[in-house]
Amino acid sequence: MSKLIWRRLALGVLTLWLISLVVFAAVLALPGDAATAILGKEATPDRVAALRDQLNLNDSVVSQYLQWIGGVVTGSFGESAATQQPVSELLSERVGNSLFLVLIASLVAIPLSIAVGVWMAMRRDRAVDHIGSTVSLVLAALPEFVIGIGLVLLFATSVFQWFPAVSILAPGQRAWEAPDVVVLPAATLVLAVTPYISRIMRGSMVEVLESEYVTMARLKGLSERTVIWRHAVPNAIVPAIQVAALQLAWMAGGVVVVEFVFSYSGIGAALVDAVANRDMPVVQTVTMLAAVVYVAMNLFADLATILVTPKLRTAAR
Amino acid sequence: MSNPAIDSAVDVGLEAAVEPVTGGAALQRRPWLGILRNALRLGRTKIGVAIVALLVVIAIFGPLVAPHSPTEFVAAPNSGPSSDALFGGDALGRDVLSRFLHGGLSVLWMAAAATGLGVGLGVIVGLVAAYARNWLDDVLMRACDVVLAFPQIILALLAMSALPGRLWLIVLVVALGHLPRVARVMRAAAQEVVERDFVKAAEAVGEKRSRIVFGELLPNVTSPLLVELGLRMTYSIGLVAAVSFLGFGIQPPSSDWGLMINENRLSITVQPWAVLLPVLAIGLLTVGTNLMTDGIARAAIGIDRKATR
Repeated sequence: MSKLIWRRLALGVLTLWLISLVVFAAVLALPGDAATAILGKEATPDRVAALRDQLNLNDSVVSQYLQWIGGVVTGSFGESAATQQPVSELLSERVGNSLFLVLIASLVAIPLSIAVGVWMAMRRDRAVDHIGSTVSLVLAALPEFVIGIGLVLLFATSVFQWFPAVSILAPGQRAWEAPDVVVLPAATLVLAVTPYISRIMRGSMVEVLESEYVTMARLKGLSERTVIWRHAVPNAIVPAIQVAALQLAWMAGGVVVVEFVFSYSGIGAALVDAVANRDMPVVQTVTMLAAVVYVAMNLFADLATILVTPKLRTAAR
Repeated sequence: MSNPAIDSAVDVGLEAAVEPVTGGAALQRRPWLGILRNALRLGRTKIGVAIVALLVVIAIFGPLVAPHSPTEFVAAPNSGPSSDALFGGDALGRDVLSRFLHGGLSVLWMAAAATGLGVGLGVIVGLVAAYARNWLDDVLMRACDVVLAFPQIILALLAMSALPGRLWLIVLVVALGHLPRVARVMRAAAQEVVERDFVKAAEAVGEKRSRIVFGELLPNVTSPLLVELGLRMTYSIGLVAAVSFLGFGIQPPSSDWGLMINENRLSITVQPWAVLLPVLAIGLLTVGTNLMTDGIARAAIGIDRKATR
């Protein structure tokens, strides 16, 4: 592996370590005694003492941090302050549900937005292009919960009643066993990320279509389909891949609000509940998870760019 | 929301905006005035300004014309429109219209404060980093990376888990999330300006560093600065409203558009107005600010100049 890639990886690890400090500091920021703040004033002294023990609040700050981060690295995230269940047990099914949601959304969004971008570029300055750019300007502006509630109003309540307004799963049921509950949350995420990817794809495609090798390919008498999909798209797709990776990273935060809108049983909705209950072990775990996904996707975006861009690829050797 | 890709999403706007304003414009005393004037000639900017102005008027003057108090029970819970309650009653039987008219100001001031603070600090960090060109630049940018590693909504939730319901903290955290994103753009824009002769001239005359950063660099990066202001305002509105929508912003019984959606979303089938009004308002507000931003970005590079020439 090249030096450039190792450097990025090292920076990613350094960033994660600094993030863990910030996440850990959230407990220190609790007003007064952390255990009392989490459990509320009515908590029995026994319970407070037990939580103090579990959070290692009687130790020094440094040792608290070391014990916490040690647990995070080895996959033991402590117990939920609200239910006293192990956090890993509490979240394991939800992680699967959230991943499924994001997976479905990206499987739809990435090909869709690339196709839309290519189409807009081919019809540059014509009606399709103008409508497309206006729609993406609007969608890019809308907060994801506005998009989600708009979809609920349209497709689950007043106009059409095709899908359930809330995506509640039966206990033990997994998201992929009830596909109809995934449709609207996934559609919300798709509408939220598509404008960003398609806009980049359009811009990059417009540039490539004006290049000499595309003109050359046309002059050789190749069919328009071959020119577009064999010659133009592979060259135009690099920036779109990078933005797509960044959009996947964005979803690590985006799912929180979307899952809450639909009461979808994923880690995002779990985070909202945990914040409301001050269930700090769960809050810290989900926050770290989101940050890991975010950093990993950013890293992937960088690596993809390095590997696909010939100039950087040779520089990286 | 916390969208890193946005920097590239307005790529057309930013790339060119990053280039120092050409020739004479750099000597103009208020280059941003010229950009705004050009932007206002575009249809999209006008529509954006009209939408935003309408909602700002509703948010500011709404409480004065509201028929009821936002906390007064005037109708049956989730009742439909009547002569007394034009858009019906909410989940607790309060007047939907009055709560709507009272609920805009909080979204607006928090978003504006977070934008001002975040962009202001981001500009300072970005320009200082660009001018420093040494270890300070590295340290500032690495610190930015750490904040960038949190999706903005998660950063806000983390803060709310420790100190819930503090409005100033929401403003601060949203601003903190903007800071590195703005700083990166401003640093990139200023890096080209730093190399130019008038900066060297100012250094040669022995100008103070702060004067070079704010007197020489800042006036030459106004286009990306204006675009950032618009962009961050759009995201601030979404973030602030989302925090309230999740139930961690303004607390009941006060009224707030985000909170209204939260309170009434479960009765959306019986009484859609209580959700529809605030959703429409938030959506229109963000679309309006984004239209304005797009107009400014286009004016800054002169995409539509041929139409106005």
